[in-house]
Amino acid sequence: MTKQVTPNGFTLDDSGQRVVVDPICRIEGHLRIEVNLDENNVIRNAVSTGAMWRGLEVILKGRDPRDAWAFTERICGVCTGVHALTSVRAVEDALGIDIPANANSIRNLMLLAQHTQDHLVHFYHLHALDWVDVVSALKADPRATSELQRSISNWPKSSPGYFRDVQARLKRFVESGQLGPFSNAYWGSAAYRLPPEANLMAVTHYLEALDFQREIVKIHTIFGGRNPHPNWVVGGVPCSIDVNGDGSINMEWLNLVSSIIDQSITFIDQVYIPDLKAIASFYKDWTYGGGLSGKNLLSYGEYPDHPNDWSQANMLQPGGAILDGDLSKVHEVDVRDPEQVQEFVAHSWYSYPDEKQGLHPWDGITEPHFELGPNFKGTKTNIEQIDEGAKYSFIKAPRWRGHAMEVGPLARYVVAYARGHEEIRDQVDGLLHDLGLPLPAIFSTLGRTAARGLECSFTAHKMRYVFDQLMANLKAGDTATANMDKWEPDTWPAQTRGVGHVEAPRGALGHWIHIKDGKLENYQAVVPTTWNASPRDPAGNIGAYEAALLGTPMVDAEQPVEILRTIHSFDPCLACSTHVMAPDGEELASVKVR
Amino acid sequence: MGAAEMQAAGGGACVEGGFDTLVLGIGNLLWADEGFGIRAVEALDAGYAFAPEVRLMDGGTQGMFLLPWVRSAQRLLIFDAIDFGLEPGELRVIRDERVPSYMGAKKVSMHQTGFQEVLAAAQLMGASPQRLALVGVQPECLDDYGGSLRPRVHARIPEAVERALAVLRDWGVEPVARSRPPAPGQRVGHDELELPVYEAGRPGCGAERL
Repeated sequence: MTKQVTPNGFTLDDSGQRVVVDPICRIEGHLRIEVNLDENNVIRNAVSTGAMWRGLEVILKGRDPRDAWAFTERICGVCTGVHALTSVRAVEDALGIDIPANANSIRNLMLLAQHTQDHLVHFYHLHALDWVDVVSALKADPRATSELQRSISNWPKSSPGYFRDVQARLKRFVESGQLGPFSNAYWGSAAYRLPPEANLMAVTHYLEALDFQREIVKIHTIFGGRNPHPNWVVGGVPCSIDVNGDGSINMEWLNLVSSIIDQSITFIDQVYIPDLKAIASFYKDWTYGGGLSGKNLLSYGEYPDHPNDWSQANMLQPGGAILDGDLSKVHEVDVRDPEQVQEFVAHSWYSYPDEKQGLHPWDGITEPHFELGPNFKGTKTNIEQIDEGAKYSFIKAPRWRGHAMEVGPLARYVVAYARGHEEIRDQVDGLLHDLGLPLPAIFSTLGRTAARGLECSFTAHKMRYVFDQLMANLKAGDTATANMDKWEPDTWPAQTRGVGHVEAPRGALGHWIHIKDGKLENYQAVVPTTWNASPRDPAGNIGAYEAALLGTPMVDAEQPVEILRTIHSFDPCLACSTHVMAPDGEELASVKVR
Repeated sequence: MGAAEMQAAGGGACVEGGFDTLVLGIGNLLWADEGFGIRAVEALDAGYAFAPEVRLMDGGTQGMFLLPWVRSAQRLLIFDAIDFGLEPGELRVIRDERVPSYMGAKKVSMHQTGFQEVLAAAQLMGASPQRLALVGVQPECLDDYGGSLRPRVHARIPEAVERALAVLRDWGVEPVARSRPPAPGQRVGHDELELPVYEAGRPGCGAERL
């Protein structure tokens, strides 16, 4: 290669120094990023390679479609609920099952609660540390932190004494020799820009956010019967409601849900959003990471207001596709059309009969074919450098009408903005106004991070709307929570196909299924991280991660904080299982500069 | 299960809280021996009942999302596949401060949140369990998607349950042997994923082969 322009408009140059960021994962499921830097340490080529997808048919073919949700929950550690919901929607679609209004409201509440919790934990636990220097927080003046806190929000936990206590706790923790969640980062790097008092405020809220999530999860426990893996059921929701009773879900539980919703709104609007603005104000000129977001975006749309109506007009957060950055036109997306969503494997470790062609998921196949290209360096078990000219990832390359698309909160926000969604327009315009930034500023790493925060507030407020909708329906005397008319397989057609889709916290998620003689015949999922972490396609279009890294200058190639910042802004999700304990707790990421 | 029971199985169940001892199985049951922790807590649940202050839980690979329960527990017993460089199938019980609680922050995904990090975060929040125990087995095979426990790992489950019971008794918890396993819908794991169902339904390994 050396230098080339991709069909989707990006210039790649692999002539410079190569940096490899390779988180070590014990078994399949890790993501590895390789970039080439020019003489000014600017990223000129980016390669995203992952081992995340093996095809669900390998575990689901021949099983009972009504059980599929429980299996799909396990393919991903964090996205459990969204896979379960997608699965039951796919089966209902295949069998022509309409769900009751209460079930629609409760599912919306569960999904909204998941977005709220997931975004909150992602921001504080995973992503904030790309912007916040924890060690610098030890140097903060608690008085200055208190002043800062009071200047940005009405949140009551703001006294100098409170911040002094947190700082002392943090100090003891650090002095005990283990930084725990904060070890092995790039503390002190010039890439960090917050003053110590802002760092202390953010670390304090990190602790408050981790504490607060235990409230949000109760919503899943109440409606799903258990946590962390709630129950789901084809036809509705697996719970009965009796406002006057004491056995099933009664008024006492519903009042608890209502109070958790209020607390969530308060926490997000008084802590998360002000933090986001405060942090962003120090990084306003860090405008990198836009990649595909200024060009091609995809959202399926979510939260059907009325049950069983999948039109975008019925969605609380309408979806669609944007092409070439043209916000004046939102394209309608049809997940059934064989010409629209297709997956390619020319650069993936799978084989197709004809790899120039893509396959619609209903016709999808997952035939592993691991083969390293002629220009790879290292050995098969110790790859030093990947050859992106050949097959280079276990992730397939999904495309919409042939286009590489970005999915996730930013995609949802831009699509809804382009559709003129009033609340979302107000949120976006308000944030940009407060930061003094123009609209194109959202096409960036920070824009992605900001959209997730705004969406967290949106989903918390929408929980209130949906809860009130549920209560009104219950008060009108409708207590149905499931439609079990087609539960028994003898009511099903001999053969049928279905598709279910959900806007998961990380983006557009779809399950395409084929049922034959009461059993699953094929099961294909296209998950958000497949869209975003996608390798190249036969035409040479690069995916969202690769595009987002291009043009980013690195302060120090040995400390790839800028790469992590942008990749984290997508909230990557890998079907990974890395919790296996090691006695020495070795580092999860290694950085190799070649 | 019929339609009515299926639909009534969930809902309104115990909300978090009200327990002081948490027995947590962690791992991914879709990846062969990675499922050890889940299968072990299921076996404990099938054989023994406990007072309401003892909570048994299938934690899957939920990482940081397990923090709300971990920080609420005074005593925490974990079943997990551990890589301590032992012979496959070897079992170890690790107690208290020897349960590792260290991990890195250079993670790319929330899925890379090791359980060590959950423990460290609980500690930083000033609410970590006073007593810890880890009942772990060295896995033989992790890289078999859709596969189940290998025979020598599976064979260790009764011993893992016995060792866990000993730890719990040491903590003052009194297990009560059950005459029969809990009914469907009442178990710690999902009925749809129970070991015999999971193994018999594996594509290409199911009824047609029997």
